Amino acid sequence: MRGRLWRLAVWLFVVGFVLNLVGIVGHVVVSSFARRWFATPVPSAFTTEWYAYAWREFQLDQVLTVTLTVAGTVTAAALLLGFPAAYLLARHEFRGKGPLLLLFFLPLLVPQMTYGIPLATTLYRYRIGGTVAGVIAANLVPMLPLAIFVLLPFVEQISVNLEWAARVHGATRLQVFRRVIVPLALPGLLTAGLLVLVNTVANFELTFLLSGAGSQTLVVALYYAVFAAGMRPIYSVDAMAVIYMTIVLAMLVLALRFVRPTQMVFRLDRRD
Amino acid sequence: MRLAVLLLPSVAYLLVMFVFPFAYGVLLSLTPGAGALSLANYLAFFLDPWQARTIWVTASIAVPNTLVTVLLALSVAYSMRHGIRGERAITAALVLPIALGTVLVAEGINGFYGPKGWLNQALVGLGVPEPPRLTHNYTGVMIALFVQHFPFCFLMLLGYISGIDPALEASARVLGAGAWAVFRRVMWPLIAPGVAIAGALVFVMNFGVFPSAVLVGQPAGATRTIAIAAYQQAFEHSDMSMASAIAVVMGGCQLAGLALILVLRRRMAGTGVATMGAGKR
Repeated sequence: MRGRLWRLAVWLFVVGFVLNLVGIVGHVVVSSFARRWFATPVPSAFTTEWYAYAWREFQLDQVLTVTLTVAGTVTAAALLLGFPAAYLLARHEFRGKGPLLLLFFLPLLVPQMTYGIPLATTLYRYRIGGTVAGVIAANLVPMLPLAIFVLLPFVEQISVNLEWAARVHGATRLQVFRRVIVPLALPGLLTAGLLVLVNTVANFELTFLLSGAGSQTLVVALYYAVFAAGMRPIYSVDAMAVIYMTIVLAMLVLALRFVRPTQMVFRLDRRD
Repeated sequence: MRLAVLLLPSVAYLLVMFVFPFAYGVLLSLTPGAGALSLANYLAFFLDPWQARTIWVTASIAVPNTLVTVLLALSVAYSMRHGIRGERAITAALVLPIALGTVLVAEGINGFYGPKGWLNQALVGLGVPEPPRLTHNYTGVMIALFVQHFPFCFLMLLGYISGIDPALEASARVLGAGAWAVFRRVMWPLIAPGVAIAGALVFVMNFGVFPSAVLVGQPAGATRTIAIAAYQQAFEHSDMSMASAIAVVMGGCQLAGLALILVLRRRMAGTGVATMGAGKR
């Protein structure tokens, strides 16, 4: 009986939480289509003109170009640099591996606001701050370790015997890498790539600290629009929010085909 | 070893872009006005009540929020350890706020919980004459952080708990343990390390709260957190030296919270029982 009640309470809480989520997201969507909305359950008249307005006023063409450039470059760089590292970490034991893993883990553990300020200070000093290059460089700091840790178990799964067999048959190291390992690790590369892509588009803090006038990504532009609420109609801000949401959701749906929801957060392994 | 070349680019990148800026920031915080080494920045921070109280403000948000988040996430994840109907749909819905990020959630919260939002309308409709204000104050930040971090903590713990071998629980049951005894004697010792890590991560994220504190909070008063103080020093006063000092203080607080959680974990779960049988999902 008590067990039943407990389960019911938990279930009600979860449903309540999801309902609140629906409300939070739903409000933004409805508001973006409202001609005017003031303390009624639904707006009295609907319109789509806020989308055109937001596109124009917030210069979304330029913002989206920056967002795609940043996300694409960060993803490519994270995979390019991260895959060889993940391969070595998965295959070899060596002295100093522990501290090295810690070095890779720290950028994921330390909050971005904490290391973002010194990082921004450094990058502005060397005149990289405020540029698209600076935003890319900063985002790569947490995304490279993310890619490595996602790739690691995928590489571990590939049997060493396959590599040896290829070597025995005369393949060079490079050939083994290109013809055996990369094709077998493709699911891992896809997963890691998608996770890095979603995370980069949604990553706020580092991008916020490093971006200048021409190097804002969509989420940072959205922040400034919400921050300056009252400067422009709230409906147009919400229209921009919906555009952002659509992009993230599209990538999320794609990602969830390959990864479990529990993989979207840190993986807690028991290795102690 | 020739293969080290595979690792070199990643390590070099993090050394240059993570370790070096960190060291540079610490050094900068200790040399105000490009002068000799001094603690002037830190003294100024702690002696100025307007700055020093940000630590208290941040802690009064971060600590209760972490406790509530971890407790609820643990309850729900534990209840779902054998799977329930619609689990995939629920977990997918919960990924939403994580994927969408703080800024979008903040904008949604301002609308939904705001004075003209659906929640307020419903409360008025139910006969509550003056519903409490839920946005642009302390409560708003608490809601925003909970909406963000509950799913995060829950998914982490769910992955962790469902990796525990169900045979352990079944054995305990067969031997006559009740639901509470199973939790306390068998499951908790196995779950505790995961809860400690999840709690530590949530606390650290809570303590660095920035966008929510600005957008749903009251950044000039009740929710002027330490991250806001650091940001203002850096970008409004262009005092990178002082900003770095505040960032160092923020990191120190986060480290202290982390250490406290790890010590607690050792006290509570240092029994050494039943540590086998848990693994990856």
